[in-house]
Amino acid sequence: MVEWTDQERNIISGIFSNLDYDDIGPKALVRCLIVYPWTQRYFGTFGNLSNADAIKTNPNIAAHGIKVLHGLDRALKNMDNIKATYAELSVLHSEKLHVDPDNFKLLADCLTIVVAAKLGNAFTPDMQAAFQKFLAVVVSALGMQYH
Amino acid sequence: MSLTAQDKNTVKAFWSKVSGKAEDIGTDALARMLIVYPQTKTYFSHWKDLSPGSAPVRKHGKTVMSGVADAVTKIDDLTAGLLNLSELHAFTLRVDPANFKILSHNILVVMAIMFPGEFTPEVHVAMDKFLAALSRALSEKYR
Repeated sequence: MVEWTDQERNIISGIFSNLDYDDIGPKALVRCLIVYPWTQRYFGTFGNLSNADAIKTNPNIAAHGIKVLHGLDRALKNMDNIKATYAELSVLHSEKLHVDPDNFKLLADCLTIVVAAKLGNAFTPDMQAAFQKFLAVVVSALGMQYH
Repeated sequence: MSLTAQDKNTVKAFWSKVSGKAEDIGTDALARMLIVYPQTKTYFSHWKDLSPGSAPVRKHGKTVMSGVADAVTKIDDLTAGLLNLSELHAFTLRVDPANFKILSHNILVVMAIMFPGEFTPEVHVAMDKFLAALSRALSEKYR
């Protein structure tokens, strides 16, 4: 089981309580699709992804970015049992969506960078460490039910 | 995943905007690496102080970013241009190349923090590719 210090819990809940999901969600997903273009393979039915501007203005992508970011709320509410919390979502990503679990880390890295850009110097090294640890645990949990 | 002409232009243009802050970028990226990836501290057991802003971290951050600046000027042939640095890392420093990816990530995070408007997704992908190519060139002499 993952151990969290009080400082880590405070940092993580602090970041999310001040987050504009409608802004950060789309930005993170858009960035992932542009920086790691092979991730576009999962969005064939989402409309025009033919260039960076199309991706940035695609309303389906924006909506999905918000949805994915809210998916992290489950981990926030169950920090002491993230693995079990994501079992069902892990099965979904494996058996229905067929997403290569390596992609989860790519999106997590893009989310870190988008949050860093938003918070600026307020995103201290300690905050980065806690945030990345949180995302790493979620990423691991999402990959658990792949067989 | 080699650098296109557009990637190179994007990197050079972005670098000219940020190079004035190279020392700050290097210091912050290194400090973050040591805190967020504590296993990287194993390479610096000879330093008295590994805290952010300390003298050794500042000095080394500057050294590393000078290397990055140099690589920008040699972007058309990184393997040849970074030969000596590759030999240094391979035979003397013996840094596990996995760590190049870690430091690259932290450089990108610092760029997002310091230049949120300029570090667009298009600039991000070009810089990510450049740092990856740089890391590959640095790994050239390892074996």
